[in-house]
Amino acid sequence: MATSTMKLKLHVWRQESPSARGGFVTYEADANEHMSFLEMLDVLNESLESRGEEPIVFDHDCREGICGTCGMVINGRPHGPWERTTVCQLHMREYGDGDQIWIEPWRAKGFPVVKDLFVDRSAFDRILQSGGFISANSGGAPDANAIPVKHEAAEESMDAAACIGCGACVAACPNASAMLFTGAKIAHLNRLPQGQPERYDRALDMILQMEEEAFGSCTNHGACAEACPKGIELDVIAMLNRDYLAAVVKAG
Amino acid sequence: MELRSKIPSGPIESRWEKHRFDMNLVNPANKRKYTIIVVGTGLAGGAAAATLGELGYNVLCFTYHDSARRAHSIAAQGGINAAKNYQGDGDSIFRLFYDTVKGGDFRSRESNVYRLAEVSNEIIDQCVASGVPFARDYGGLLDNRSFGGAQVSRTFYARGQTGQQLLLGAYQSLMRQVHAGTVKLFTEHEMLDVILVDSVARGIVTRNLRTGEIQPWLGDAVALGTGGYSNVYYLSTNAMKCNATAAWRAYKRGAGFANPCFTQIHPTCIPVAGEYQSKLTLMSESLRNDGRIWVPVEPAETRPAGEIPEDERDYYLERMYPAFGNLVPRDLASRRAKDMCDQGKGVGETKLGVYLDFRDAINRLGKETIEARYGNLFEMYERITGENPYQVPMRIFPAPHYTMGGLWVDYNLMTNVPGLYAIGEANFSDHGANRLGASALMQGLADGYFVLPYTIGDWIGGERPTPVPEDHPDVTRTVDEVQTRVDRLLALDGKRTVDDIHRELGRIMWNECGMSRDAAGLEKAIERIPELREEFWENAAVVGSGDTINQVLERAGRVADFLELGELMCRDALAREESCGGHFRLEHQTPEGEAKRDDEDFQHVTVWEYKGDSTAPVEHREPLEFEYVPPTQRSYK
Ligand SMILES: Cc1cc2nc3c(=O)[nH]c(=O)nc-3n(C[C@H](O)[C@H](O)[C@H](O)COP(=O)(O)OP(=O)(O)OC[C@H]3O[C@@H](n4cnc5c(N)ncnc54)[C@H](O)[C@@H]3O)c2cc1C
Ligand code: SF4
Ligand code: FES
Repeated sequence: MATSTMKLKLHVWRQESPSARGGFVTYEADANEHMSFLEMLDVLNESLESRGEEPIVFDHDCREGICGTCGMVINGRPHGPWERTTVCQLHMREYGDGDQIWIEPWRAKGFPVVKDLFVDRSAFDRILQSGGFISANSGGAPDANAIPVKHEAAEESMDAAACIGCGACVAACPNASAMLFTGAKIAHLNRLPQGQPERYDRALDMILQMEEEAFGSCTNHGACAEACPKGIELDVIAMLNRDYLAAVVKAG
Repeated sequence: MELRSKIPSGPIESRWEKHRFDMNLVNPANKRKYTIIVVGTGLAGGAAAATLGELGYNVLCFTYHDSARRAHSIAAQGGINAAKNYQGDGDSIFRLFYDTVKGGDFRSRESNVYRLAEVSNEIIDQCVASGVPFARDYGGLLDNRSFGGAQVSRTFYARGQTGQQLLLGAYQSLMRQVHAGTVKLFTEHEMLDVILVDSVARGIVTRNLRTGEIQPWLGDAVALGTGGYSNVYYLSTNAMKCNATAAWRAYKRGAGFANPCFTQIHPTCIPVAGEYQSKLTLMSESLRNDGRIWVPVEPAETRPAGEIPEDERDYYLERMYPAFGNLVPRDLASRRAKDMCDQGKGVGETKLGVYLDFRDAINRLGKETIEARYGNLFEMYERITGENPYQVPMRIFPAPHYTMGGLWVDYNLMTNVPGLYAIGEANFSDHGANRLGASALMQGLADGYFVLPYTIGDWIGGERPTPVPEDHPDVTRTVDEVQTRVDRLLALDGKRTVDDIHRELGRIMWNECGMSRDAAGLEKAIERIPELREEFWENAAVVGSGDTINQVLERAGRVADFLELGELMCRDALAREESCGGHFRLEHQTPEGEAKRDDEDFQHVTVWEYKGDSTAPVEHREPLEFEYVPPTQRSYK
């Protein structure tokens, strides 16, 4: 079976700096069906470099869909057309000869563009700093089997813990809300017995921090969960809301 | 260079405890007066920085990633070992210790390995307490599985995302300390040098990857948790940014580099598809628990896997190693796959692959069980290859994965440079010539949570360092040297891309210093690499400027270091005239093609000392003693 090749027209967002005005630049690119989407961009970048032009800046690292570093909007969809797939796992067999592809950075006030497709997601770190942890100093923890955790609780916690912090949920949301990301961490920890002591403070603190960042509010649109490469579901937002309300009531 | 391993005396079971008692302490109220620099936020660096912060030190922590959560540890899939014996299958600290020493082919330090096995249990306790959602059985207790090279079930896991969950645990602890103000975290800062003041490590120089600012940071001790160097091969399972720069800069400032040729080639990765390939994807070796590895008996085979009848398949690992079968250690599994492909029996378009087949497991256990165990791995495989492994066997091939070699450290994890520590994959200490599956995560967390935070106190408490002025000539000189190097890189306006040069280096390393090595090939590489290095410094194309994000510049600096490290790896491989673990010298094998170790002449750690760019490095040796696990020829037959 011969490998099929294709010629593409890419319209890529280029922006020199956070304050510079960006715009689309059009490139011709060659690819074959076995390449990943990022490898297609690598090849284009290498040809730009050898012509002495600055390559397109995009961030990435593991290329296995787990580190959460990659992210771009492709033809209007965060991470591109494949369901539950980060852009580093998207492969070119999706595309055909002559296709046009628009490539943009995450667009959200909470994620300012740094350069080209590279955005600043440090707001996510600050949300986690405000309460996305269990206070357990190292040393002196009880035996790991001392507190049994129900199989379902462990599984449901793991479902939420699978979030990779990529930010696609924010990019997909018409309000650029960070509820899915924040809810995922709250659900990961609050679904476990170990997470109970700080449960309500955690919800309160994380939501306060989320509101301090430039994220919008949630209007139950659901676009976040659709875009999420890790299948984080809307029930984490329900849990976030419940625990937040309970916390507010408690705080009186 | 003086190599004092500082191994405590007495029976091995009580060495760590005794040592902890003997160490200097730092008064809790005084800890905040001391600044500790931690580079790296992987399992090793993240856990260390968080714990040091909890203890009250003033911690400065650096990573080149945009967030501490992105460290390469996040990608580990399979699991983490511990000697809990929850399954009651006869496991113990001693057995984990024994397996690790044997698995490392008797090239690691017994005392360090024993300590690792000892603290492994505390790691699991700590992780559970901090919310790591490990897999549980229906009674709510922790589940385990068995992993390559072990005959007991001691591996804890969180689906196929164990590294992610462990790293998030450490990251969350780190975030808590950032919030508490004990740790100051600097993301997108790449360390480009160590600052030595009067021969003692007192700081680092970083480049801010966003603004290009080059800046010194001073403190009372420096710990590098900067990961491994598999990307010297260009294609590896490591994340794209993994590199050797931090360790290499330390080496060039006098830290010994130990066993650089000890690299691990992982047997179960997705084969290379083409020239544009940017990295290789690991398929967790937990797959070998249920998958069976085979190739067609006939080299000329053209039928698809499903049409090849049972008696025309060679389940070669089961045939050659009946006791361990598909679960033989990684080095054996990799080398045998290469043998099969060398004999022309490889599968897939490139003929560089073997089958990993789940047909029998699916028939025996049902598709649902297999899906529950490996669902996300199967999905990942399908996304990349477009093939469905429930229906057709996976194709796998070995790929560079882990580096056992690294900075030489003593029992305290201090390099031979006073005040400079190396933890996690960046050091050489625990895995000898071959690492067992699920043991790197264990080591990273052991070093970070339970060893370094204490041993660093011994240094601070004994030395009581006093602050170094920012304008100390050793500081300004180091900053100037870094600046000069960055300027030199930026001035390169040749014809060849940095990646293209890296690709060529990778090919040399893979061919001559990969799964099997011989003197002729290594000598050739030792000649070729300096030429390639010269070409890099004359003809590389580094576009863009230094005052903004410049990913070409970042890669160029890393590749420049790989071009030096690669040569040292080849020198080390040439000097080690034996086969052991992942280091297989074609000249040293038994008639059956098994590795022939030479304990008489090579039962030592080789430590290289930098002597200048145009002078050959000097070889030193730390002899190894085996009091508890008498060396035997490994046999997995
Ligand atoms: C695909 C894959 C799967 C694996 N699966 C398993 C498994 O199942 N079980 C197991 O035990 N092991 C596994 N391993 C091995 C294990 O993941 C690694 O050995 C381990 O995570 C390394 O941790 P670390 O903390 O030493 O380094 P890393 O996690 O690599 O972290 C390095 C850190 O240092 C920083 N850094 C590096 N250089 C600099 C610099 N110059 N300046 C600033 N910051 C710097 C990076 O930003 C990063 O934060 C796997 C490895 C791979 C590649
Ligand atoms: S919730 Fe999903 S989309 Fe949002 S950051 Fe996490 S993984 Fe990404
Ligand atoms: S590069 Fe890591 S998730 Fe895409």
